[in-house]
Amino acid sequence: MMRLSWFNIVSLTLGFAFLYLPILILVIFSFNESKLVTVWAGFSTRWYGELLQNEAFLNAAWVTLKVAVFSSTLATVLGTMAAYVIVRAGRFPGRTLFSGMIYAPLVMPEVITGLSLLLLFIGIGLDRGVLTIVLAHTTFSMCYVSVVVSSRLVTFDRSLEEAALDLGCSPFEAFRLVTLPIIAPAVIAGWLLAFTLSLDDLVIASFTAGPSSTTLPIKIFSAVRLGVSPEINALSSILIAIVTVGVITASLVTKRNALRQKHEEQAAARAQ
Amino acid sequence: MPEKIFAPWNDPDQKPLIRFQNVTKKFGDFIAIDDLSLEIYEREFFALLGPSGCGKTTMMRMLAGFETPTSGSIELAGKNIVPVPANKRAVNMMFQSYALFPHLTVWDNIAFGLKRSKMPKDQIAARVDEMLKLTRLGKFARRKPHQISGGQRQRVALARSLAKAPKLLLLDEPLGALDAKLRQDTQFELMDIQETTGTTFVIVTHDQEEAMTVASRVAVMDEGKLIQVATPDRIYESPESVYVADFIGDVNIIEGRASKQGEDLYRVDWAEGQAPLVATSDREFSEGQTCHLAIRPEKIAISAEKPAEADNAVQGSILDIAYLGNLSTYHVELPGGMIIKAQTANTRRLSRRSFTWEDTVWLSWTATGAVLLAE
Ligand SMILES: Nc1ncnc2c1ncn2[C@@H]1O[C@H](COP(=O)(O)OP(=O)(O)OP(=O)(O)O)[C@@H](O)[C@H]1O
Ligand SMILES: [Mg+2]
Repeated sequence: MMRLSWFNIVSLTLGFAFLYLPILILVIFSFNESKLVTVWAGFSTRWYGELLQNEAFLNAAWVTLKVAVFSSTLATVLGTMAAYVIVRAGRFPGRTLFSGMIYAPLVMPEVITGLSLLLLFIGIGLDRGVLTIVLAHTTFSMCYVSVVVSSRLVTFDRSLEEAALDLGCSPFEAFRLVTLPIIAPAVIAGWLLAFTLSLDDLVIASFTAGPSSTTLPIKIFSAVRLGVSPEINALSSILIAIVTVGVITASLVTKRNALRQKHEEQAAARAQ
Repeated sequence: MPEKIFAPWNDPDQKPLIRFQNVTKKFGDFIAIDDLSLEIYEREFFALLGPSGCGKTTMMRMLAGFETPTSGSIELAGKNIVPVPANKRAVNMMFQSYALFPHLTVWDNIAFGLKRSKMPKDQIAARVDEMLKLTRLGKFARRKPHQISGGQRQRVALARSLAKAPKLLLLDEPLGALDAKLRQDTQFELMDIQETTGTTFVIVTHDQEEAMTVASRVAVMDEGKLIQVATPDRIYESPESVYVADFIGDVNIIEGRASKQGEDLYRVDWAEGQAPLVATSDREFSEGQTCHLAIRPEKIAISAEKPAEADNAVQGSILDIAYLGNLSTYHVELPGGMIIKAQTANTRRLSRRSFTWEDTVWLSWTATGAVLLAE
């Protein structure tokens, strides 16, 4: 292994400090006794306790969770289907256009996505609420899912599906019994990604949320405009914890799968 | 009345199980199968043989239902199966790459097809155990495919494709990964299985010896066409073209000009200053037609003196000797530079062998020992 020179250590520390110091300060101050955010007055979990009493925050948290679960599940189903079609259907007229269009929302500015969805919902007379946020989050997170899943499908051995058909499966059964279990880690990773994306989102949610369906990011954002409170710090710390766990799990699942695949390949190579 | 031998292809009353009729398969502009017609009968063990890329797998995939012919029809038991999807065909295939399900155990892999049919649970278990015993995989039933060896995987694939007792079993290079001994055992096992189950087998192989061992008939293919379809002994003893003669086993090819000598007997002038050769042939050759004489090395005798009564005899010197254990192959160079291979059985110990390098020897064979071919 390369030994770390002083220069490397300094630049590494600076880089990580730049990235994580603000978050660290936020987490530390969430345990501050004092009501004043900037003055340290000793360790306490008081604000976490108060947070649990705060009806408005709890409501927002509940809405956020519902939205995240529903939208990520829906996005996973749709994204997986889209990936499957794009990888499998071979050539059909308009394939390039179609696959390009699926990935377009990845680069579309969120404000525009939000605005266009808002116009759509108004246009079709859909009242803004939990449903509209779920739909909006589904549209933008399904393309992330489909990127993750299609990268797995590309390396998927097609003859496995053919073997399933050969043994009497209908095409749908072949997908359910053979393809899906094998690509499951990628699908789960896609779901976790969609889940955290939905949890994070402020811009699109602000466009599509109604008065009764405020999500946490919206709540925090509006609360902060009135002044930072220690409660917000506590709430944000919890959110950070959830997102961190989500991201770590997703990458662990992917990594474990990659490792297992490598093992299998090695075992196959040895057996030759 | 002679004993009835298995030869349904000679019986005009027999209906074929499979009938390819003018089948062409194109991938884009590339013609993989070229206007091919073929009939395969029930209980046959039919081998497809040919160089890599000649279309063997494509034939199998069309039978299994993964490729549709560009034109022509394929019948199974009298019904056109081209529009029938793969999962509705009474055909099972053992894939060249095995295609075992990595997330299922050996047991579940074998049970997979049975579970799709409406077979009761206890019957499935019994059938799987029977298959495990047949392929000697009992010890590995609970393992996943990546936890067993290549040869074992191959047997799992075989067991899985046999489990449903299909009408037709397609085997795409089933024994490629096995060592010579296990390969031979498995070949005999396959023949046993084929006989006891009465299943029709179509097997693809690169290995001509394997095709000769197991098959009732062999089809030699090249570039999407059938070159010859016949029983193994006919393919070997009376190939219809130089391509087939050359593809199956070792052969010496001598080019010359034919002229008729008598009923079925031809003289072949093959080199300046050399005595002409003679060979019998059912095929007609016109006077002076270019022809090829194909002689198997084991049909050529080798001796120190010129044999008195040989139909054909040529003299040369030994260039090389390949010792193969039970056989030795002598590479003999003729005066014109042509090299002829002659094979003899090693009935004596090596030290008492009568010929060695650079010896001048006579090669001889009978008029019926060689096959005269036009091309
Ligand atoms: N899906 C495909 N698209 C285009 N060309 C194909 C496709 N499948 C097969 N071919 C071509 O058709 C020809 C026949 O292929 P096939 O797989 O049948 O060969 P094979 O006789 O089984 O060879 P091998 O002995 O190497 O397995 C090859 O030249 C191959 O490149
Ligand atoms: Mg092949």
